[in-house]
Amino acid sequence: MNTNEILETINMIDNENLDVRTITMGISLLDCAGPDPEASAVRVYDKICRYAQNLVKTGEDISRRYGIPIINKRISVTPVAMVAGACPGASPLRFAKALDRAAHTVGVNFIGGYSALVQKGFGPGDYALIESIPQALSETELVCSSVNIGSTKAGINMDAVGKMGKIVKRTAELTADRECIGAAKLVVFCNAPEDNPFMAGAFHGPGEPDCVINVGVSGPGVVRAAIQKEGAGKSLTEIAELIKRTAFKITRMGQLVAQEASRRLSVPFGIVDLSLAPTPAIGDSVAHILEGMGLEQCGAFGTTAALALLNDAVKKGGVMASSSVGGLSGAFIPVTEDAGMIDAARSGCLTLNKLEAMTAVCSVGLDMIVIPGEVSPEIISGIIADEAAIGMVNSKTTAVRVIPAIGKSAGEELDFGGLLGRGPVMPVNMSSPAEFIARGGKIPAPLQSLKN
Amino acid sequence: MKSSEKAVITVIGKDMVGILAKVTEICAKSGVNVLEVTQSILQDLFAMVMLVDMAGSSSDVAALSRQMDALGDELGLKIHVMHEDIFNSMHKI
Repeated sequence: MNTNEILETINMIDNENLDVRTITMGISLLDCAGPDPEASAVRVYDKICRYAQNLVKTGEDISRRYGIPIINKRISVTPVAMVAGACPGASPLRFAKALDRAAHTVGVNFIGGYSALVQKGFGPGDYALIESIPQALSETELVCSSVNIGSTKAGINMDAVGKMGKIVKRTAELTADRECIGAAKLVVFCNAPEDNPFMAGAFHGPGEPDCVINVGVSGPGVVRAAIQKEGAGKSLTEIAELIKRTAFKITRMGQLVAQEASRRLSVPFGIVDLSLAPTPAIGDSVAHILEGMGLEQCGAFGTTAALALLNDAVKKGGVMASSSVGGLSGAFIPVTEDAGMIDAARSGCLTLNKLEAMTAVCSVGLDMIVIPGEVSPEIISGIIADEAAIGMVNSKTTAVRVIPAIGKSAGEELDFGGLLGRGPVMPVNMSSPAEFIARGGKIPAPLQSLKN
Repeated sequence: MKSSEKAVITVIGKDMVGILAKVTEICAKSGVNVLEVTQSILQDLFAMVMLVDMAGSSSDVAALSRQMDALGDELGLKIHVMHEDIFNSMHKI
């Protein structure tokens, strides 16, 4: 064994924040549906507790064996609207409570899947679930919610887009006493992946098996350090190679953890999501990678190009390292979770307009962005519609997770604590898209949806 | 599955008398067989890498890791115990 390689790995973990971000167990709840809502919620609770009882301990054991920090253990479940739809007229809130109780019982950090997939229209249970999101997120602690309102195949459901603007705002209002945290647990997607292990957007898609283990790796700090150490004087071609090699190593580690977790829990291995997920810790920032490539600050012209290179190189390096790659896989740009982005947003170098451009080439979308509390639901809907359009036309996942800071305006800050971080309220273009949003209907699927 | 139970112990920190003795003492008590030791001084830091075989041990990697953590805290050193698979998978294709 090569001593340098061993020390390199140790250094990545000790000094460069290398970790496995999450082991996420996906659990299907389709067999829990039934006409009696009470009985159905009990089945949901029981099934989650039965399947995930050893998840946290197994994660900790693997972490000990390999000496790799595994930060989160999480659960994703079938979009609850599909289960709640079987008991029409009953409030889906009881399912949110059941999910929250189960998550507390098994000791996971988050449970995702209080979700609805409405890209082509509202099915049974969808509308009631969406209506209940603000209350569900304010009355539970660990539940995360997502709504898919568009796809390349189906187009954009503008009725749902209009609705979600109000829901995001309402969710923030109901948790205004807790830094509007509810909105940080709600994602509006276009082209949502069904096997994403990352929160808040994780859910267990209807095409997934009964139970599955997905692993999300991380490691922006390792990539940044590699560029810092070896990148001086290198061309971008060489930088791309360097990122690929680093992403390969990170993903191999994720693959090992995923296989081991799958074996120990006797649950099939699903995918490794090879995303660079930043944390507010110094040195664990995607923005700092971009700055390491030579930008004065994230948000400067050149940022979108640098991010495109990074996102692509991460995928290329990772795809060979794992037998099955899925989820979002790329570079995340959540503003409040990334020390470099927080600084750039504070200084005004990074604007919402620039972030929107960046979402055309990153792996997700407008993520963890604090906006003024006075922003109207229609403007939030407009933001969602723009993001969805970028995702739909480019056949990629896009998402919106904005947090209206109720009672605060541009320049003030919200502090969520932990991995969710903190960030300044970013100025928003206040021109109204109200009439456009109020039209409702659908934006038809683009020509690129006709691939057959 | 447990075809191999080899682990890598790394000790990084300020050089001092008796590091190797203390680390190997813990190994011996747990029935852990030391296969290979290399050490070097890297940027003023003492770095020792040991390959050990845990097949005949009453202990496992997690338990040994906890013991070494305690020793590391006592001596002001960073001691990692990691299963060899992590290095094989990260650095070999």
